[in-house]
Amino acid sequence: MKIAVASGKGGTGKSTVSTNLAYLLSQTYKNVCLLDCDVEEPNCHIFLKPEFDFSEPVYVPIPQIDVEKCIKCGKCAEVCQYNALAFVKEKVLVFPELCHGCGNCKLICPVDAISESGREVGVVESGFASGFNFIHGKSRIGEAMSPPLIKAVKKHADLQNFDLQILDCPPGTSCPVIAAVNGADFVFMVTEPTPFGLYDLRLAVEVMRKIGLPFGIVINRSCENDILIEDYAKVEGIDILTKIPDSRAIAECYSRGELVLKSLPEFQEAFTPLVDIIRGSMQE
Amino acid sequence: MKELVIISGKGGTGKTSITACFATLAQNKVMVDCDVDAADLHLILKPAIEKTTEFYSGKSAEIQSELCVKCGRCIQVCRFEAVSDDFVIDPIKCEGCGTCFFQCPVGAIKFEKVKSGDWFESNTRFGKLIHAKLGIAEENSGKLVSEIRNHARIVAHKNKNDLIIVDGSPGIGCPVIASISGANLVVIVTEPTLSGIHDAKRVLELTQHFKIQACLCINKFDLNLEICGQMEEFCKEKGVELVGKVPYDKVFTEAMIKEQSIVEYQPEGEVSAKIKEMWNKIISKLEGEKNEICNTNK
Repeated sequence: MKIAVASGKGGTGKSTVSTNLAYLLSQTYKNVCLLDCDVEEPNCHIFLKPEFDFSEPVYVPIPQIDVEKCIKCGKCAEVCQYNALAFVKEKVLVFPELCHGCGNCKLICPVDAISESGREVGVVESGFASGFNFIHGKSRIGEAMSPPLIKAVKKHADLQNFDLQILDCPPGTSCPVIAAVNGADFVFMVTEPTPFGLYDLRLAVEVMRKIGLPFGIVINRSCENDILIEDYAKVEGIDILTKIPDSRAIAECYSRGELVLKSLPEFQEAFTPLVDIIRGSMQE
Repeated sequence: MKELVIISGKGGTGKTSITACFATLAQNKVMVDCDVDAADLHLILKPAIEKTTEFYSGKSAEIQSELCVKCGRCIQVCRFEAVSDDFVIDPIKCEGCGTCFFQCPVGAIKFEKVKSGDWFESNTRFGKLIHAKLGIAEENSGKLVSEIRNHARIVAHKNKNDLIIVDGSPGIGCPVIASISGANLVVIVTEPTLSGIHDAKRVLELTQHFKIQACLCINKFDLNLEICGQMEEFCKEKGVELVGKVPYDKVFTEAMIKEQSIVEYQPEGEVSAKIKEMWNKIISKLEGEKNEICNTNK
């Protein structure tokens, strides 16, 4: 079973929910893995301090032109949708940073003059921490595309047959989020009761509906403004699964990179409804 | 004309609230919201849309079942696993590369441009705002960012504005790279948490990678004074100017609920004073910056 933790807006508490949830679940289930899919700014390792025993770079294939074989027909540049190849002055120029690694140019080349090398997009690392397995990706500084690395993180987890995967997703509503949530059985949407939180939640809800994933809402920093989210959830018929209180103690604990449930176990109650949902669906 | 970009690496550090304050304080400027997948600046600036432009980012493939001979070539060549066993292309997985279209032996695949969002030129109480709405689950936010930044330059040029203020997105990937490239100054808004430091360092490395001048603002600085101190040390060590320290305060949420910037909502408050002080530093940094942004559009 795969549970994704997502949100439209950044900084609403996704990593807090994912890390603490994985920690709590690992007390009941043996084979839990947390995946940090926010590869541009991965943070879960700060709270888990894992020891990594696996680290592997991830590459996207990029074309290499054999100038001896090239007949300068320009077909490769013509079919490339990303402007990663240009045919200028009887010469093919390659812009590796624009390449998505689709292989279109290689297949279209009539004289087999294109081979492939790789552009490193980042690394996948995995290990064990706080009682459960942990995998994350870390994108290379300057790399624009994160989906190939996110997919590599997920693939690495899928090879290991975990009973339960918790996927901490990147913020936003575009390709990195889609790459992360795709294939999840259920999505916890973490939001905060502010106008920005609500607006971005609406967008994220539209994404989940478009992909067709079931989801529910977690209100973090719950306070007197919860009504903002509650009114919306009621109109849309979305369940509010739990609320995590707005607490300076939690914020300070977070600032020091500590797991809330280790330092402040009194907040466990806020996480148990999520555990119950997972337990319920695991039994089905 | 100068271009100032506000980014954060980590989300939720207060980037947009602070940008809205800069929009209030700055003279003769154009604003751009480059956080195109979860744009929030308009919630404070309340734009009246003047002009809408459709955004086409790329193409999408679709198999025409009546022409398909089910040879399986598309499944074989698609590296994004977007073609199902019963020959339907998942529009969510399709990256619009066109490999299937070019390889299909019977021409059964349609490959057409798709609209993937809209962008707007609007009027606000602080001047022009260029903003966008990326279609749900669409790609190419970097291209949309480049398009609206380009348009902002045209607008600024036409109206003789001397500053463009850009609200960026979280992360360090394609929309962020598209937001900062060629800017005069980047302000990184961070918070004194271990995650905040970690992410600010990565985004700072990104600005260095592209050789763009950056400075740092620590928001909610009193949340953890020890980590705040570590960040100040880090700035000194790296020669990055710390332009401001803003306290942890409920006024961020209160102003947001009132749809106002903090300096409008509570002009005499402590947070406003700190932000004004920071703004003056930023202005003098920008004035010292020699390079002018030229209108790059044809």
